[in-house]
Amino acid sequence: MKGVRHYPGFLAMAVACLVILYAPLIVVTGYSFNGSTSITTWGGFSWRWYADVFTGPDAPRFKAAAWNSITIAILAATTATAIAVAASVAMIRGGRFKGKSATFALINLPLMVPEIVTAVATLIFFSAIGLTTGYMTILIAHITFCIPFAYLPIAARLQGIEETYEQAARDLYATRAQAFRLILLPLMMPGILSGFLLAFIISLDDFIITNFVKGAGMETLPTAIFGSVKQGIKPNIMAISTMMLAVSVLFVTLSYLVNRIGQRTRS
Amino acid sequence: MSTAIDIRSVVKRYGTATALHGVSLSIADNEFFTLLGPSGCGKTTLLRCIAGFEDVTEGEIRLFGQNIAGLDPNHRPVNTVFQQYALFPHMSVLENVAFGLKMKGVSLSDRTARAGRMLEMVHLSAFADRLPAQLSGGQQQRVALARALAPEPKVLLLDEPLSALDLKLRQAMRVELKTLQEQTGITFIFVTHDQEEALTMSDRIAVMSQGRVQQIGTARDIYEAPVNRFVADFIGETNLLEVTVDRIEGGIARVTLPGGHTITCPTAATTPGKHHISIRPERLSISAAGDLTATVERVVYLGTDLQLLARLTTGEEFHIRLQNSARAQVPAPGSTVALHLEEGAARLLAD
Repeated sequence: MKGVRHYPGFLAMAVACLVILYAPLIVVTGYSFNGSTSITTWGGFSWRWYADVFTGPDAPRFKAAAWNSITIAILAATTATAIAVAASVAMIRGGRFKGKSATFALINLPLMVPEIVTAVATLIFFSAIGLTTGYMTILIAHITFCIPFAYLPIAARLQGIEETYEQAARDLYATRAQAFRLILLPLMMPGILSGFLLAFIISLDDFIITNFVKGAGMETLPTAIFGSVKQGIKPNIMAISTMMLAVSVLFVTLSYLVNRIGQRTRS
Repeated sequence: MSTAIDIRSVVKRYGTATALHGVSLSIADNEFFTLLGPSGCGKTTLLRCIAGFEDVTEGEIRLFGQNIAGLDPNHRPVNTVFQQYALFPHMSVLENVAFGLKMKGVSLSDRTARAGRMLEMVHLSAFADRLPAQLSGGQQQRVALARALAPEPKVLLLDEPLSALDLKLRQAMRVELKTLQEQTGITFIFVTHDQEEALTMSDRIAVMSQGRVQQIGTARDIYEAPVNRFVADFIGETNLLEVTVDRIEGGIARVTLPGGHTITCPTAATTPGKHHISIRPERLSISAAGDLTATVERVVYLGTDLQLLARLTTGEEFHIRLQNSARAQVPAPGSTVALHLEEGAARLLAD
C-alpha cells in the first residue's frame, strides 16, 4: 500500500487548500508588523500598530470592546459548560427516557441552524418579550449557542467513563451526590475543561448573532473590528486580528492537549 | 450457624425479558458460596440485586434477617469486587482502599491506619502511593479486594474477579481468596462461569441456568450427584444417554442401557419411563465383559489422561478417559471394546 502522498493530484490539492486557507492569515499576520501606514507596501518590521491598539486614538474603544468580549466569553462559557455537564449526565447516565433523541437534537440544534437565522430569531424574540438589547442580551444569546460546543467534548468524555466507577463508589457508602462530586466529576474534568475552552473561543469570536442583539453603543471585539474596517482598513486592525488569532490558537491547542492528557489518564 | 443472606422468590424482569425466575437460596454466615453458570444465566444479575445496583421485581433479599431489597447500595453493608476492578483512576492505592471508610465517616488517621493494614494483608504496602494504572493486573485485583474488605462488610460480593488474569495468576489468586475468606470470617458470594474455580474454592455452589437455580450443593454433590442434564453436562465432562427405566425403588433405579444390558444406579428421577443417564468418562474401565460395547474412533493424548472418542454399537457418541499409566492398555482406533461401569459412574437424571 502506497502512502497518501502517492495519490494522483495529492500535491496540487494540498497546496491549493493550504494556500486558500492560510495565505490570508499569513498576509494579515505579516502586515501587522508593517512599519508603514500603508496596508500594501512593506515599510520594515515594527511593533507600532500593536502599540497603536493599546495607546492610539482607537484604544479606548478597543479596550471597552475587549473587556465586553472577555467577560461575556467567561460568563457564557461557564454557564454553558455547567448546563452541558448536567445535560450530558442526564443523556448518558439517565437511562432510557421518552424524547431522548429529541432532546439530543435540541441540544445540538444550534450547530445546524444557519447563524443568521438564529440571529434574526433571537433579536425578534428579545424584542417580543421586551428585553432591551445590550450586554445582557449578548450574554444570553452566547450561552445558548455555546451549549452544544461545550456539550460535545463533555459527552464524549462521559461516554468513555465506565458506569462501574460510580457503582463502586455507591457500593462503598457514597451518596449519589458524593459519587458525582468525588468520582464522576474528577474523571470528567478533561472533557469539561476542553468544553469550556471551546465554548470560550466560540463566544469570543462570534460576530453575526452578537451584531444583531448587541444594541446601540455596545461593542465586542469582532463588532468593533468590523466597525473600524467599514471606515477603511488601517494596519492596527491587522494587529488586533493577529492577537485574536493567537488567543484562538492558544485556546484550541489547550483544549486539544487537555483532552489528550485526559485520554492517557483514563484507565 | 446463622443465615447471612436469604433470597426468597426473587424475580427480575427487564421489560418483557425475565432474568431471574423466582430464585430462592440461603447462604450461611462465613460461607464461601459460588454462583456458577454460563453467561446469561442470571448469576451476575442476582449478585447485582444483592449489591443494590438492580431492583428486584418481586421477592425479598434478607441480610441477617433484615429485608434489604429496597435499599440503595450505600445503605447495604455489603461490598463488591468488580470484574474490571473499577479502581478510581485519579486516587492513589491508599485513597482507594480508604474510600469506603471515608464515606462512613471514619477519621483520617483511623482510616489511613486501617487501609494500611488492609494493604499489608494483600502484600501491597509498598504500593500505597501509586496510582492504579501503575500496577499490574494481579496487583489491581488485590487492591480491589482490600478496598472492598476495608469497611468490614457483612458479605463480600465477587463478580468474576479472576477472569481478567492469566492462568498462573488465577490459580495463585484462588488460594489467596480462600485464605482471605478464612482469615476475615466474612461471607463471600463468588460469581463465575469457570467450574474449576467454583469447585476448588467453594463451600457450596449454586448452579444456575436460564434464570433458575438448578442445583445447590458442595462440589462433590454437584459433580457426583447432578440432578438434571444441565448440571451433569455443565460440570465436568459426561456422556448423556437416553435410557428406559424399568423400576425405581428407594432412590435406586433399574435401567436398561442401549445394547440391552441392565444396571442399577442412583437416581434423581422418581418415575419410570424414558430418562437420561449420565455416565462419567473417567469411571469406566475396559474389560472382557462389559455393560456397554463401543468402537474406538480416535485416541487423543492429553498428557495425564488419554481420551477415547468412541461410538456405541447402537450409534451414540461416547467418551472414555483412561489414566495415562504405564500399565494402561490403549485400544487402537477401529477396535471394539467392552466397557465396565465402575461404582458411581452412572446416575439417572430428572430431565
